[in-house]
Amino acid sequence: MLKYDLVVIGGGPAGMAAALKAKECGVDKILILERASSLGGILEQCIHTGFGLHHFGEELSGPEYAYRFIKQVEETDIEVKVDTMVTDILTGNIVVATNNKEGMLEIHATAIILAMGCRERPRGALDIPGSRASGIMTAGTAQKYVNIYGYMPGKKIVILGSGDIGLIMARRMTLEGAKVETVCELMPYSGGLTRNIVQCLDDMGIPLRLSCTVIKTHGIERLEGVTIADVDENRRPIPGTEQYIECDTLMLSVGLIPENELTRNAGVMIDPITNGAIVDENRQTNRPGIFACGNVLQVHDLVDYVTQESYTAGEGAAKYIKSKNKNKRTKYVSVRPEGGVRYVVPQNINCDTSEDVKLYFRVKDVYRGGKITVTSGDKVIYSKKKPKLAPGEMEYVIVKAEDIRALDKKEIIVKVEV
Amino acid sequence: MIKEMTCVACPLGCQLTVELNDKNEVLSVTGNTCKRGEQYAHDECTNPVRMLTTTIKVNGGSLPVIPVKTSAPIPKGKMFDCMKVINSEVVDAPIKMGEVLISNICDTGVDIVATNEM
Ligand SMILES: Cc1cc2nc3c(=O)[nH]c(=O)nc-3n(C[C@H](O)[C@H](O)[C@H](O)COP(=O)(O)OP(=O)(O)OC[C@H]3O[C@@H](n4cnc5c(N)ncnc54)[C@H](O)[C@@H]3O)c2cc1C
Ligand code: SF4
Repeated sequence: MLKYDLVVIGGGPAGMAAALKAKECGVDKILILERASSLGGILEQCIHTGFGLHHFGEELSGPEYAYRFIKQVEETDIEVKVDTMVTDILTGNIVVATNNKEGMLEIHATAIILAMGCRERPRGALDIPGSRASGIMTAGTAQKYVNIYGYMPGKKIVILGSGDIGLIMARRMTLEGAKVETVCELMPYSGGLTRNIVQCLDDMGIPLRLSCTVIKTHGIERLEGVTIADVDENRRPIPGTEQYIECDTLMLSVGLIPENELTRNAGVMIDPITNGAIVDENRQTNRPGIFACGNVLQVHDLVDYVTQESYTAGEGAAKYIKSKNKNKRTKYVSVRPEGGVRYVVPQNINCDTSEDVKLYFRVKDVYRGGKITVTSGDKVIYSKKKPKLAPGEMEYVIVKAEDIRALDKKEIIVKVEV
Repeated sequence: MIKEMTCVACPLGCQLTVELNDKNEVLSVTGNTCKRGEQYAHDECTNPVRMLTTTIKVNGGSLPVIPVKTSAPIPKGKMFDCMKVINSEVVDAPIKMGEVLISNICDTGVDIVATNEM
């Protein structure tokens, strides 16, 4: 059986950053397994700029951001197997993978980092009545067609969902000569970044219809049109507001789901809100030696944060690999969201943490002039006014290690006060 | 003339109201929370610029297209003219990261450069 100190599953920005950090921390034998034919992950198809402002201080496109990490990986002795799909993780941290050249591989790993990214919510998850006409696809699939294969999937387009990928594709299709009729968003606000609404929709003269959804698709072989309708506060279509729009393509940008089949099979506990693993501040899951980072852990909107989080996981895994007593379990302080906060990552913090901890979270609604607080019992350990909080933008607060170590109650709560 | 716009200089996204005269000169900006909003409104009204990212056809590469970007932001009004030029070109592989594929596109003084290698 092959043996490695660290096996990283997924060679996107998360996997590469985690492997690089672990290497920097002195881990010897590292292997990255990637099912695609090259490293880079989803960034390869995200050709627009806006990546790396935090991490590199310049605005790069997705492939440029990935390229910098690919080059760094190539400069180390980190081993990479592409076209290799991980199919299972067995007890004792054995990774099962397959590829065409070597067939089935069983790899023993002292530590494993899960970095499989996320996928888009497909049409089936939505339940729109209508036939199975061609021309209905996720925005990410369309992005791949246009940006990788140079193929235009349609000419007259309706986009359902105002997530960032949908917004980016609205501009992309318009630049390539298609007509984007409208972007419909079920919620009363957009899930995308403001900058994308301005530069992808306003710039291109594409209307954004809030509180609106597609209720029916038309066409048998090929999509011919969709019926849209406004929705009430319970997100139910309002009778009488139906409108038919002719189009040959419907793109769905209705959210991303972490790709956690492997994680579940490995017996890792999943947070029902993030759909990612429950982790501590080192990004270690409940299974000793198994770590998770990037979009497989929580859906990020900025790749820069993916890189940061993955450095944390890489460092955590390195510490674990070098530790003498791997089964030692310290007590956790649990971190809970409350009120307007939807989720917080990490969900647990070691009581004896020696480093300050960044808590990443998302809110449930748009709040103006709110205050973020972190409390434990009656004690306030962090409080800061925020002029604007929105579900589309991930936020973080930093809690001090000494504050965590001094807690009587082994629980802290993150909430928005308005 | 009154123009409404959203400031994108930071994630707060203030709604700005800009008052312009006949010569498109900014008379006043309201709705901004900080000074950067005023600057943003001035830039947007007098000389709005954008980065353009797209793909260009490749001859003899492992994939049919390669991603490209403008080496600097170009006037917003020239985006579609630039797209026409880019879509009429075919470049030969191999292509290096950052290689200039079209220089001085549409007399903007800006180049079209590769954002990947192939
Ligand atoms: C369609 C789409 C478009 C996006 N556009 C943007 C954008 O414009 N801007 C932005 O900031 N963010 C964007 N994102 C979010 C983006 O995914 C993250 O910023 C970042 O790429 C996440 O990095 P990651 O490494 O966690 O995941 P990914 O980049 O998705 O990488 C995961 C890798 O794991 C591999 N993998 C998965 N399962 C296995 C397995 N079983 N075995 C082996 N390998 C496996 C995959 O092939 C992939 O290469 C987009 C996401 C999607 C899905
Ligand atoms: S005006 Fe200032 S605070 Fe408001 S969005 Fe612009 S930069 Fe941000």
